[in-house]
Amino acid sequence: MSHTFTLDGKTIPFTEGQTIIQAASAAGVFIPHLCYHPEFKAHGSCKLCTVKVNGRQTASCTMRAAAGMVVESETEEINAERRALTQMLFVEGNHFCPSCEKSGNCQLQATAYHLGMMSPHYDHFFPNRAVDASHPEVLLDFNRCILCSLCVRASRDVDGKNVFGLSGRGIKTHLIVNAKSGQLADTDFTLADKAAQVCPVGVILQKRQGFAVPIGARKYDKAPISETAEEGR
Amino acid sequence: MGFNELHAEAIAGVVDRVINRYRRDPTCMLQILREVQEACDWVPPEAIDRMQAVLGVPRTKIEGVAGFYSFIYTEPRGQYRVLFSDNITDRMQGNRAMMERLCNNLWVERGKVSEDGLVSVGKTACTGMSDQGPGMLVNNYAIAGLNEGRIDEIAELIRNKVPLGEWPPAYFKIEDNIRRADILLQADFKPGEALLAARARTPSDGLNASNMRSWREGLPSGIGGPAATLDELKRANLRGRGGAGFTTAMKWEACRNAPLKAGLQRIVVCNADEGEPGTFKDRVLLAKCPDLVFEGMTVAAYAVGATRGFVYLRGEYRYLLDHLNAVLAHRRRENLLGKDICGLPGADFDIEIHVGAGAYVCGEESALIESLEGKRGTPRNRPPFPVTNGYLDQPTIVNNVETFAAAALIALNGGDWYAAIGTKHSAGTKLLSVSGDCVRPGIYEYPFGVSIRQVLEDCGATDTQAVQVSGPSGICVAENEFDRIIGFEDIPTAGAFTIFNKSRDMFEVARNYVHFFQHESCGFCTPCRVGTSLLKNLMDKLHYGSGSPYDFAEIEKLNQLLQSMSHCGLGHTACNPVLDTIAKFRPAYEKRMMQQDFTPAFDLDRELSSARQMTGRDDAGAHLETEHGGAA
Ligand SMILES: Cc1cc2nc3c(=O)[nH]c(=O)nc-3n(C[C@H](O)[C@H](O)[C@H](O)COP(=O)(O)O)c2cc1C
Ligand code: SF4
Ligand code: SF4
Ligand code: FES
Repeated sequence: MSHTFTLDGKTIPFTEGQTIIQAASAAGVFIPHLCYHPEFKAHGSCKLCTVKVNGRQTASCTMRAAAGMVVESETEEINAERRALTQMLFVEGNHFCPSCEKSGNCQLQATAYHLGMMSPHYDHFFPNRAVDASHPEVLLDFNRCILCSLCVRASRDVDGKNVFGLSGRGIKTHLIVNAKSGQLADTDFTLADKAAQVCPVGVILQKRQGFAVPIGARKYDKAPISETAEEGR
Repeated sequence: MGFNELHAEAIAGVVDRVINRYRRDPTCMLQILREVQEACDWVPPEAIDRMQAVLGVPRTKIEGVAGFYSFIYTEPRGQYRVLFSDNITDRMQGNRAMMERLCNNLWVERGKVSEDGLVSVGKTACTGMSDQGPGMLVNNYAIAGLNEGRIDEIAELIRNKVPLGEWPPAYFKIEDNIRRADILLQADFKPGEALLAARARTPSDGLNASNMRSWREGLPSGIGGPAATLDELKRANLRGRGGAGFTTAMKWEACRNAPLKAGLQRIVVCNADEGEPGTFKDRVLLAKCPDLVFEGMTVAAYAVGATRGFVYLRGEYRYLLDHLNAVLAHRRRENLLGKDICGLPGADFDIEIHVGAGAYVCGEESALIESLEGKRGTPRNRPPFPVTNGYLDQPTIVNNVETFAAAALIALNGGDWYAAIGTKHSAGTKLLSVSGDCVRPGIYEYPFGVSIRQVLEDCGATDTQAVQVSGPSGICVAENEFDRIIGFEDIPTAGAFTIFNKSRDMFEVARNYVHFFQHESCGFCTPCRVGTSLLKNLMDKLHYGSGSPYDFAEIEKLNQLLQSMSHCGLGHTACNPVLDTIAKFRPAYEKRMMQQDFTPAFDLDRELSSARQMTGRDDAGAHLETEHGGAA
């Protein structure tokens, strides 16, 4: 039997064990995603990558591809729900894009543009999250954390350090660092860590690098995320 | 040596003792945290230091687990930690006034720790005592049937620092309230009988081919027994009693057929995390018939070829732990657990009890397994399913308490006997936890097919407006539907049957349930974590009188999103109570529609309440007039 499925009518080949998003991305088709990163084990928490498989919605980053699947992704119905998810992420944290160093390089912002999000729609939660500026090289601005756990996985699986973790439950879920003081300075974190590079939003920021590339010339300023995601990122 | 170091050393001693009892096994992290807390009243940072050192796990992991569970405290919470059950039935029974009274008596603010560090008073989700509420937990021990007198006495005991063990035993007496018993609750059952019956069963024709994978079938005296047991279960047509109603025999067979990697084993898990507000039947089953439940687990182990079993007991039922452990010890002495059970060579199986710590989502089977492994209770991505990759990646069956009890009876009396009870699609009986507005709340065991009306009549409910079947995740049934029946073909249920008479405000019922889901969302996935919070805010907005038809539309949109995008059943069902009550009790909502157009949720006067509190002012001049009477 052929190893293909259809995605919005297009035939997509896959190899055994590949997830839908992996196969799609190998075939050059973009599916919005925030917690998925090709180098890490899929997490399946942001739900941005949700597609309809044979009529049922499921996260494409955790769903294995199977021959003959009929997958819908770029439909108005699904994109409307994805847009609602980005709006939820915007109001859950404090995302003031114009003042954020990550603006233009931020996957959340770029995804919102891609989905045509025009307003936050929901009432803001305005959570009170303290910034951690203790580390000499890195600033942690938890206000923008979307709990994708990419830094957790990178630190655990690549750096072997377990610098990050999630604590709390429900809406109180939050990122923690591996120190009794709770401060990044008291961990063995360095700029060279993989975890220093994976944050899709503006939480883990290198200090003294502000606006090295001016806004307007940044990654997603030049082309939308659907076209810059060639490495599957 | 300074005081602080001494202190740290004492804590390290406690931690070491607990850790050693759990074989220094990091998968027991939640149990270790729980027991350290029982000794120290909270989990101090020094305890985490020690766990980190001895267990060799990163601090992020320990803090992540501790932070997930409501009953684990990484901040000092007082020597007496009082939590009032806050299910809608507790509210109907006046829990709010009780809590106020206790707070006033003890001079402590709700949710805070008293200044002397003696006591904290807060609320928690349904503690499973709806038939004898209002209820509370003190240091995780359940007290039911609260009244003003008892509250005053409790305040006195706390003020005098009387150890919990010296409180009047009557406080901790939990009634079974069995009102109607059928095959399960009146089973004339002797421990071991079901196992002997299973062993005695010889394979029927054609069964030999079904599966010979289990090592037990290679044993001379065991040949065919497990397969024959599965066969009886199939004939019985038993479906799971935990809510989803999956065919039990299919689950067991899949587990038994799952390939076993070298050195691994098959696992049997009893889901006793009963957390659905208004459900308490597993509590009664465990209190009244623990042997039947354990025997059902042992039958399951025999059928699937498992050697290790767990009971995941919800933290609210901590008070049952010592008794259940005693029953297990007795079963070991009687050779009904342990090695060569019932003299069957190689039949080895034992059961360990793990206690939860206040996280409803851990009832979801994959979250339960994560929790058993000592992790945060986050539902897993599926597939793979637990039957092939469950506890520590081993083939695992997870079944409800009542399912195991029924399985024991099926092993004893045969599948045909069982299938003849109930209806065509729903074999056997069902335990209902009846509470709310009725004369005789308690446990009712009926053959499947009983009508709502019949139950209402039996429990002495009059003037009934609505019944919430299966708790907030289930459905709300209005008067015109009372002839509907309990059964998988009509209204399936895990067991809650909560009755509301015509004096009740169904909007407030729904709002209570929405608060429950918001509190219990595990927070893993975006739609549920944020969606339940948005939903709660909308319901609160309606409650404060700022609702408009726009908010209705928003609720419906959120429901769509939660249903289609959520990761697990909690998110999928979180909007149910609201949508049901909107559809069936619209006047309760319309009463709150002060506005025909949109009204913002922000209410300036309400926002000023903290300023009023700080300044100690609450006179007219400290209030703002709002157009829609939001200050009321
Ligand atoms: C949020 C959530 C909570 C649940 N809580 C329980 C529970 O407390 N007890 C239970 O037996 N099943 C519960 N379930 C269902 C279990 O996931 C699982 O289906 C059940 O334990 C299987 O046992 P059964 O086949 O015997 O019913 C819950 C499911 C969800 C989604
Ligand atoms: S800090 Fe960044 S990478 Fe880490 S969980 Fe938050 S958003 Fe994800
Ligand atoms: S639906 Fe809710 S409870 Fe389930 S995984 Fe998502 S956040 Fe957790
Ligand atoms: S990318 Fe698939 S759920 Fe986040």
